[in-house]
Amino acid sequence: MNFIEIFEIWVIAFSTLALFSFLYKDNPIYKLAEHIFAGLSAGYYVGLIWDTVILQQLWNPMLDGRWWLIFPGILGILMFARFFPKFSWVSRTSLAFVMATTAGIFLISQLHGLVLPQLKATMLPLVSDAGIAATFSSIIVIIGVISTLIYFYFSKEHVGALGVTAKVGIWFIMISFGAHFGYTVMGRVSLLIGRVQFLYEDWIGSFSQIF
Amino acid sequence: MRTQVPVVVAFLTGFALLVSFFFNENTWIGQISSEIKIWVTIVGGFTLLLGVVSITRVNWAAVKGRKEGWGYKVVTLISIFAMAIPAVFPSTWSPLFGRAEGSIYDWLFVYLDSPMMATMFATLAFYIASAAYRAFRARTPESTILLLTATAVMLWRVPMGEAFLNLFPGNIPEFLNTYIMNGANMAVQRGIIIGAALGAASMSLRIILGIERTYMGKG
Repeated sequence: MNFIEIFEIWVIAFSTLALFSFLYKDNPIYKLAEHIFAGLSAGYYVGLIWDTVILQQLWNPMLDGRWWLIFPGILGILMFARFFPKFSWVSRTSLAFVMATTAGIFLISQLHGLVLPQLKATMLPLVSDAGIAATFSSIIVIIGVISTLIYFYFSKEHVGALGVTAKVGIWFIMISFGAHFGYTVMGRVSLLIGRVQFLYEDWIGSFSQIF
Repeated sequence: MRTQVPVVVAFLTGFALLVSFFFNENTWIGQISSEIKIWVTIVGGFTLLLGVVSITRVNWAAVKGRKEGWGYKVVTLISIFAMAIPAVFPSTWSPLFGRAEGSIYDWLFVYLDSPMMATMFATLAFYIASAAYRAFRARTPESTILLLTATAVMLWRVPMGEAFLNLFPGNIPEFLNTYIMNGANMAVQRGIIIGAALGAASMSLRIILGIERTYMGKG
């Protein structure tokens, strides 16, 4: 392990311990690390956008003869008019373009790619060769989908049959949220194990190289 | 003029993309659609830069006005510029510039940004535990269901927990997989996906038709 490698390990260890120090209480070292992290994350996007969008999608193609890309470039620059209250309305055209393009893509893709396949996957024959367990599972899915959709239907008061179905929907939703919570905890603990493993193996391991 | 032009632009762009779904990509309308998608990537890139410029302005104003914690804002500004400026210069000038391996940008990402991101998420493990204590107190049937499912899933997903569940009669891991994950959980996911997708589609239609204009702000 050379000096540079040890230095890199100590940089990571410092940032990791500085952020973990918040578990005790808010402190200046944590704040320092937090602000470094916020700045680096913002700077990361500048580098990413500069390379993948401004150079690769705008500047280089324009040099190759696709001059009309100047128009999205102008629309992009107009976005910065938001910083000048007198001219902030100019940025609306750029914003409208982004919103409408996203909407145009979403309108069909949401119906075509999500609603129809999900409905198709739900509307399956209840009796099949897969056996009684598959039938029971399909019934659970159908009841779950309908009751969840009814729970999120707020145009009518949840009373009577609608109220009972919405109540069943809540139970299904709680099962799903519980499962997701379990998975989230597992993911976070896995990251924690990774950080502790780094500190124990790499950082403490580097002590023997220094001392 | 201030409202009409954006509404017309929104209608024409959205309508062109909608119509293009019914044509092949090699037709002229298909090519317009492909071009619009490139254009929106470019304009979208500028919106991300707008966000970074906004962060820089806010922090700079705090430093200039010597507001509370302005020293930390200086650190944020230095971090932004330290990461961004070397990435903007071409790598032909120096191997430290650009975004390739060995550049300042890459070094800061690998040895500071990325570990810090992992640590931030790892820190949440502790807060999730305390949130779970508050949320999981089985006061109602609903919170009891949440508690039982989360506990079962957490046990099921680790080898020791799975071995523990197998001590009980009946195949609990198989039950969890068939009826909880691929049954109730999948049903709710489908319900949410269908509902959200229908909502997104109707909102998209409102934007294209110019009924929804709140994204333009006031003035």
